[in-house]
Amino acid sequence: MASLSFSSSVSSSTPFLRPSAFFLKPRSVSRLPLVRAKIREIFMPALSSTMTEGKIVSWVKSEGDVLSKGEPVVVVESDKADMDVETFYDGILAAIVVNDGETAPVGAPIGLLAETEDEIAEAKAKAAAQSSSAPSAAAPKVEESAPVATKVEAPAPAVAAAAPATPGKVVATPFAKKLAKQHKVDINKLVGTGPFGRITPEDVEKAAGITPAPKANVVAPAAPAASAATSAASPAKAATSFPEIPGSNVVPFTTMQSAVSKNMVESLSVPTFRVGYPVSTDALDALYEKVKPKGVTMTALLAKAAAMALVQHPVVNATCKDGKSFTYNSSINIAVAVAINGGLITPVLQDADKLDLYLLSQKWKELVEKARAKQLQPQEYNSGTFTLSNLGMFGVDRFDAILPPGQGAIMAVGASKPTVVADKDGFFSVKNKMLVNVTADHRIIYGADLAAFLQTFSKIIENPESLTM
Amino acid sequence: MQSAISLSLSSPSPIARSGVGSTSNACWPMPRSLRFCGLRREAFDSAASFDASSLRLARFNLQPKQSTLSKVSAVLKGNGAPSSSGFDYDLVIIGAGVGGHGAALHAVEKGLKTAIIEGDVVGGTCVNRGCVPSKALLAVSGRMRELQNEHHMNSLGLQVAAAGYNRQGVADHANNLASKIRSNLTNSMKALGVDILTGVGTILGPQKLKYGKGDSGDKTITAKDIIIATGSVPLVPKGIEVDGKTVITSDHALKLESVPDWIAIVGSGYIGLEFSDVYTALGSEVTFIEALDQLMPGFDPEIGKLAQRVLINPRKIDSYTGVFASKITPAKDGKPVQIELIDAKTKEPKDTLEVDAALIATGRAPFTKGLGLENINVQTQRGFVPVDERMRVIDANGKLVPHLYCIGDANGKMMLAHAASAQGISVVEQVTGKDHVLNHLSIPAACFTHPEISMVGLTEPQAREKAQKEGFEVSVTKTSFKANTKALAENEGEGMAKLIYRPDNGEILGVHIFGLHAADLIHEASNAIAMGTRIQDIKFAVHAHPTLSEVLDELFKSAKVKVSTSSAVAEPVPV
Repeated sequence: MASLSFSSSVSSSTPFLRPSAFFLKPRSVSRLPLVRAKIREIFMPALSSTMTEGKIVSWVKSEGDVLSKGEPVVVVESDKADMDVETFYDGILAAIVVNDGETAPVGAPIGLLAETEDEIAEAKAKAAAQSSSAPSAAAPKVEESAPVATKVEAPAPAVAAAAPATPGKVVATPFAKKLAKQHKVDINKLVGTGPFGRITPEDVEKAAGITPAPKANVVAPAAPAASAATSAASPAKAATSFPEIPGSNVVPFTTMQSAVSKNMVESLSVPTFRVGYPVSTDALDALYEKVKPKGVTMTALLAKAAAMALVQHPVVNATCKDGKSFTYNSSINIAVAVAINGGLITPVLQDADKLDLYLLSQKWKELVEKARAKQLQPQEYNSGTFTLSNLGMFGVDRFDAILPPGQGAIMAVGASKPTVVADKDGFFSVKNKMLVNVTADHRIIYGADLAAFLQTFSKIIENPESLTM
Repeated sequence: MQSAISLSLSSPSPIARSGVGSTSNACWPMPRSLRFCGLRREAFDSAASFDASSLRLARFNLQPKQSTLSKVSAVLKGNGAPSSSGFDYDLVIIGAGVGGHGAALHAVEKGLKTAIIEGDVVGGTCVNRGCVPSKALLAVSGRMRELQNEHHMNSLGLQVAAAGYNRQGVADHANNLASKIRSNLTNSMKALGVDILTGVGTILGPQKLKYGKGDSGDKTITAKDIIIATGSVPLVPKGIEVDGKTVITSDHALKLESVPDWIAIVGSGYIGLEFSDVYTALGSEVTFIEALDQLMPGFDPEIGKLAQRVLINPRKIDSYTGVFASKITPAKDGKPVQIELIDAKTKEPKDTLEVDAALIATGRAPFTKGLGLENINVQTQRGFVPVDERMRVIDANGKLVPHLYCIGDANGKMMLAHAASAQGISVVEQVTGKDHVLNHLSIPAACFTHPEISMVGLTEPQAREKAQKEGFEVSVTKTSFKANTKALAENEGEGMAKLIYRPDNGEILGVHIFGLHAADLIHEASNAIAMGTRIQDIKFAVHAHPTLSEVLDELFKSAKVKVSTSSAVAEPVPV
């Protein structure tokens, strides 16, 4: 900061009348610290005490320009503002080491200043040496990623048959080039998979080992042919589908209802099956009476029980994302379906296996309040790994739930009812029983898995002391 | 207000003025309030030297030299019989674009029997293939950009699911807007009784022309005065083959028949920039090809640099500067669009590009063929019709052609729709007996990117050059949108406004704005230039808080002018 000085030419433009405009303080001027005798290095200046690296906004001068003392040479962007940086010495800007738009750490050489024209060549050679040695730290990264790229691309020569129209020429799209520069990927080593063999942003991302950002927001139904086809097809479909009933009232979906509708249709692509299990709840009911005054709800009890069972059966807590693999979730997040203002939402009790009953109940209360106020954050309703749906309070004895996309299983809980049971000795007794019914994705969860899980769940419910621990 | 009117009437020079306001009280009994001068005068007489029509003049920045008889009463006549004997019409305008439309409306108001000849569709380039449909596309791109910017949305506390678009829907929006504006334009002329004559207009001789399909069915008409307002068409340099599908001009692009994955835009002026905004928002990648050494030529360099950092660098855009596209071949036979680049100076081959589409935005060429200019000995210069500062057409011998004017893109003075309209109004003023010269330096221009760029007057280098020649001092001051409450509330603090002025007398030489709604903000500055308002006066004008207009408020207040306020303290008005 000590090197900063305000030149008159710049500060004359800033006589602000209002204090509010103070932080607007525009480009001020810093003098370049320069050393060495004949060929001087121009360093990235430290423009503030917190600055660790700076970005070259633009070189005011270009290579070969004659500089005189006090002239602005380069504009550097710090965390706050752009600064004109000027030189202390006369000379010739021999070489630019760090180009416009690139960043360099504070103190790193960004350009070379020669005293006379004879030294320009020498300076240039030096700059070349510097630029080849400087990114050498990054070079291994490129080496590493290159084989990955070839490996990925190797099986695709059939697809990449459409070679560039100009043979031997590397064609990369503007964004691909930008990404390559950013991630230091050598674009010449990539094999393009785009049309006409061009290198696409995805190719660069793959080479850099980054999962490509979801492209969903770029183009929705764009292809004219596709949209024409759908518009032509849909009226025909509509004509045969539903007869109009006079006096009917069409109410469009709310956003939440649209989301539910979308999810439900999506769920049809998952092969599911269901397993039911009767669970005796006398002990649970007794426990519930005991902990109810402490604010514990039945939802919390059931969620906790499910979570504890899931700990022992991680596959039921898993997800099948691509139809090829199991994704084992590291935490057990129990989503609980709640009917709300004509909609349905699933607030999530995160890490339900780790929280105790009381915390869980408290958390649940908060979530429900937030849901009513429509203030749930996305991770509070879409991070579930297992869903619980309870219609028992309405007297429903059993029902069947639809598996939400992205989860492995959902549990539908019916009402607990006094039921006559005969034990193995033939003695009759009346016990409270509830029917739970689990729907699961059969691609990853098989019948035996579910049965074992339900058995564990039933044991926990029948001996609920562990829930309070 | 008072001083502005006195200025425009007393001084023939559009720029340099002195003694602001000193003559006003001597010349006219000044009305006390706006209401007084606006309404009462128009309702009554033409005896008072200060009449309603001169108010109107000031609005269009036309500077009359002599004040002849007022024609206010003529308005009542409508588009009736030609006032001068022997002619079919008082005024015939060739071309029903925005320029011709503006002229026609004003001519009817002035009591002229007016006809307008249009060989294509009413509205011309602006309405059908230019400003209007492009604004529809830019409205879409602006919203897309905002919705896609998750960071921006989150910082406002908003959550938006992935935004998408339907290409046909966007294209329809642009098309519907154009038809709507076109019918508005047609109706406004029909309602006033302007005769719309269909066909190509050709000048046969002095005050005589024909119109029609160019066959024997053509009709010949005579007119006291003729205005050429035939506009322009996209300029396609030689070597470029336009097929309308993969190699296109703005005419095709505005129909948005496809959104290519990768499009090269030849030319980085207004048109190219606006299309880069549209295409990148809709998911395309863009490559600029610019013949000059830097992108965005024509803009104030400082504004251009900042705009580049916001509009180009962070987007999916790369560029080639200092190169010509010497040959562009459309995609065919399974090959992509191929562009051959040569060095703009050495003409040596530099590179070839392969892209999905190419948009030619290298400028516009005047549309003056078939006008029959040879019949009156007029030679076009690079297609433009030569005119003097009063839009009077100059013939091959350097003499003025009587009763013939040319406005808008066809004369090439300032290729902007609103400039054409202002020129048209200026001409109508002249033919109705008032001499006027339009101050082109007061005409604002805007580029509707996100954020927008706008400007009026001189750029800084232009101002410095002029200052050196004429020996005056130039100062520059800047304000940032970052300090503006409204801009920050919108989370759009990116941008700056720049004022170039004379510190010795407070004259505004140029204003350049880059930032949210810049195109709307520029008019405070352009009106000030048009009215001759000085900084020392305008800095006391009040701006509503919090609004974006305070960016300009701060700008004027930050200027350091060496003279004090020129207008006297107004009489207090009880509130």
